[in-house]
Amino acid sequence: MSKVKVARKSTRIDMTAMSDVTVLLLTFFMLTSTFVKKEPVQVKTPGSVSEFKIPDTNILQILIDPKGKVFMSLDKQGDMVSTLTSVGDEYGISFSKEEILKFKLQKTFGVPIKNLKGYLALPAGEQDKILQELGIPTDSTDNQFKAWVKNARLSNKDLRIAIKADQKTPYKVIKSVMTSLQDLNENRYNLITSLKVESSAKK
Amino acid sequence: MAEIQSNEGGGKKKKGGSKQKKISVHVDFTPMVDMNMLLITFFMLCTSLSKPQTMEITMPTNKDTDKDKMSEVKASQAINILLTGGDSIYYYEGLPPYKDYTGLKLSSYDASGLRAFLLKRNIDAVTQINELKKKKLDLKISSKDYTEQVSKIKNGKGTPTVIIKATDEATYKNLIDVLDEMAICNIGKYVIDKIAPGDKFLVKNWQSKGNYSSNFAN
Repeated sequence: MSKVKVARKSTRIDMTAMSDVTVLLLTFFMLTSTFVKKEPVQVKTPGSVSEFKIPDTNILQILIDPKGKVFMSLDKQGDMVSTLTSVGDEYGISFSKEEILKFKLQKTFGVPIKNLKGYLALPAGEQDKILQELGIPTDSTDNQFKAWVKNARLSNKDLRIAIKADQKTPYKVIKSVMTSLQDLNENRYNLITSLKVESSAKK
Repeated sequence: MAEIQSNEGGGKKKKGGSKQKKISVHVDFTPMVDMNMLLITFFMLCTSLSKPQTMEITMPTNKDTDKDKMSEVKASQAINILLTGGDSIYYYEGLPPYKDYTGLKLSSYDASGLRAFLLKRNIDAVTQINELKKKKLDLKISSKDYTEQVSKIKNGKGTPTVIIKATDEATYKNLIDVLDEMAICNIGKYVIDKIAPGDKFLVKNWQSKGNYSSNFAN
């Protein structure tokens, strides 16, 4: 007799609402988050109850890994260039335009000044591998760390110093960094920590 | 991929009167959603939402080492904290107890250790600050007044002064933990100092249960 007619339904879904949601989410992420900086060593900062947030700009970050290697990063490229040239002057090394340009693009630096020219000549992939093994010398006989901090301060007066060190870093290294800073009369600085939830803190 | 479907075609009859064409505009948003999802994933993986916390510390200068400018601490208000390797922590109150090893106390980083002791020592300031905090929660005082009063209480008379000394074997975490305790116990006056040979002696003396000092006496 008569055939059973199956109604044809369209499977098309209106994606407009979905799109709205995703755009909203995207805007949220773009506005609230900050990009993760590439760091040569993985550092796990100790937790604290401190609630101060670190400002975004004018930061001289001193990165100390568990083995005691010291790296530094500046957030403004202009500061990087002027710091490099003045440190170079101090050690009697002049850098070519190309080398300065390469240095400017570094996220983190931490190479003994003698090796810096050779380091900058390397391709980027190799630089990352080598950087982990190097670090700025902080010993009392050859304290290049001091020179870097001093010249960074000269190039930017509003610089804030922030120390980011691993939980397991021996105090010996921290002490040498702190005394170097003290010698330079840099007496206020920040210690970067991660948030610790302390429920029993205040009774 | 916008498709514009017009209903005018086909064999449907047009009614003579109305000449307006009905055009429905359907835009397919699926690729747009795909792209957005990709971007979201990218942002979620490559960025971090939380900014790191920081602690601001002020160290004493090297420049003014004149005796009259340096503030002397009353022995009754001084607490020395010694951080040593293996996450152990010692403290003594007042003058270093060179003769009696029991003057040095072994403590711990958890709430029942150092914190309990410091809260007890700083009980006046802690209770006052807690009252202030309540007032602030009830919106009785502004947060500016609050911070002003808190710093006044913290640096007031009778609050203990803590001297933190760490040996080379201590870790960075130990230092941060102790600085944290200072914040929790509302201690306004604290300083990080270099460890003196006398302090190392104290620790050794404690570990050998007083043998060290009796050897010296003989």
